[in-house]
Amino acid sequence: MNAPLANRKSWFEATARARIGGLLDAGSFVEFLQPAASQPSPHLAQLDLPGAFDDGVVVGCGRLEKMPIFVIAQEGQFIGGSVGEIHGAKIVGTLRRAVEEKPAAVLFLIDSGGVRLHEANAGLIAISEIMRAVLDARAAGVPVVALVGGSCGAFGGMGIVAKLCSGIVISEEGRLALSGPEVIETVMGVEEFDAKDRALVWRVTGGKHRYLMGDCALLVDDDLAAFRSGAAEFLTGWREAGPSLAALRSSQQALENRLAAYATYRDGLDVWAALGVAQPDSVPLLDSDRLVALKKGLPT
Amino acid sequence: MSLNDILDSLFPTGHAVAVANSVITGQAQTAHCPVAVLGTTDAAAIDHAMALALSAFILDTVERHPGRPLVFLVDTCGQALSRSQELLCLNGSLAHLAQCVDLARRQGHASLSLVTANAVSGGFLSFGLMADQAYALADAQVRVMDLRAMSRVTKIAHERLVELAAASPIFAPGAENYRRMGGIEAIWPTPSAERLAGALVAAGQAGPAGDRRMASGQRRGGRQLAAAIAEAVHHAAAGA
Repeated sequence: MNAPLANRKSWFEATARARIGGLLDAGSFVEFLQPAASQPSPHLAQLDLPGAFDDGVVVGCGRLEKMPIFVIAQEGQFIGGSVGEIHGAKIVGTLRRAVEEKPAAVLFLIDSGGVRLHEANAGLIAISEIMRAVLDARAAGVPVVALVGGSCGAFGGMGIVAKLCSGIVISEEGRLALSGPEVIETVMGVEEFDAKDRALVWRVTGGKHRYLMGDCALLVDDDLAAFRSGAAEFLTGWREAGPSLAALRSSQQALENRLAAYATYRDGLDVWAALGVAQPDSVPLLDSDRLVALKKGLPT
Repeated sequence: MSLNDILDSLFPTGHAVAVANSVITGQAQTAHCPVAVLGTTDAAAIDHAMALALSAFILDTVERHPGRPLVFLVDTCGQALSRSQELLCLNGSLAHLAQCVDLARRQGHASLSLVTANAVSGGFLSFGLMADQAYALADAQVRVMDLRAMSRVTKIAHERLVELAAASPIFAPGAENYRRMGGIEAIWPTPSAERLAGALVAAGQAGPAGDRRMASGQRRGGRQLAAAIAEAVHHAAAGA
């Protein structure tokens, strides 16, 4: 259900710590590595750029509707939530800890453009380590749930990480993709992708599009409480099955079918029409409840 | 060095490898055992079709040749930069490919990757860096992003980036920097059957041992912080 607008607390605008506060049971969060026990990135200091004691990511444990969970929350306001050496190592450490302590889930609040270009090599290797650590946690039976609705979305390597999670809870404001529109525009030209056309960017990378296409498990409002109930709802219906040939064969077939059907399209409007949405133009105007209902009514 | 020269050097006793749409797939013989060979060539920009061709080949190998080692040949300029590719969630197909490599590891397939020319960003993440161990030929280019694009995103002047790239190991493109950081196990002056045989044995041991790249990076002096931070998070009492 949609909460009245006035009662919502925007996930998009909240800091990583405020998101954790709104997501978990009140007062249950305990940070694994408090800022005072860590250090700002020396690599940023070398470039005369300001650092942060948490290096842009908060990790710890707490409870979600009484279930013990781990949480990883990227701070999009700090260098685009980008993954540098310390930032990445905190995430990997948390996921490895989950393999041993087996919480009911790891909630991964992704808000990141991917590799921190100022520490590019460390960032790329760290994302590779995160990818393996997410799959290790899942193979150990611990679901990893991505929550995407921050100002930086989930891009670059963190877009890949999001899709390695058990499922993604996303808001309309959330964006999920590989290359940022600005990068595509810079390299390939404005005719390929006009990064300033915000409506187009949302139709290609936004939460509603990803949800309609089945790339995300749940679409929720831009509201702390909606993400909380979305995460709990996802976990209620989810049992983490180990990796299997049969499951990956099935994903392979679905991806091949989708590519064969939609490879030539360049705008969400065209794909939605092909999916069977009668009025694609109306999709950007629908609230999340109506969009969820619309998806349920689509031919499969 | 051409792909055929590389294949002849790695597999002097024989290989049957096809290239279609810049995607390499096939089988080859080493001194010890047959291996499955796959990857990309011509600095391919990885798109959905390439990723799915690679993942399908891995799944076929797991199904038909249990335990057969996987040799990835990496030559990619990154991911395809295109609106239609992003529309269909390119990160999803790359994640699927990474999951297939991961499944192969869990089912006992040793894997190693060899960067033959270029390894960039998303194309490298999705399979080259998912192997048990990665190697690079001496003249291979390994990096994250085109410096022009990097300049626009970081808002640091292009000239400054060029200057920094020459001086900073944590940032600068180059296979040797990745070796020092633990991302690449070793650099090969030339491709050879002997090096490959040794690397396959090492990969067979590395896979079950788990991801040791942080420790390698620390030992080699390239990544001084990551191992200790991950360890602190892993073992610190909650709230300590």
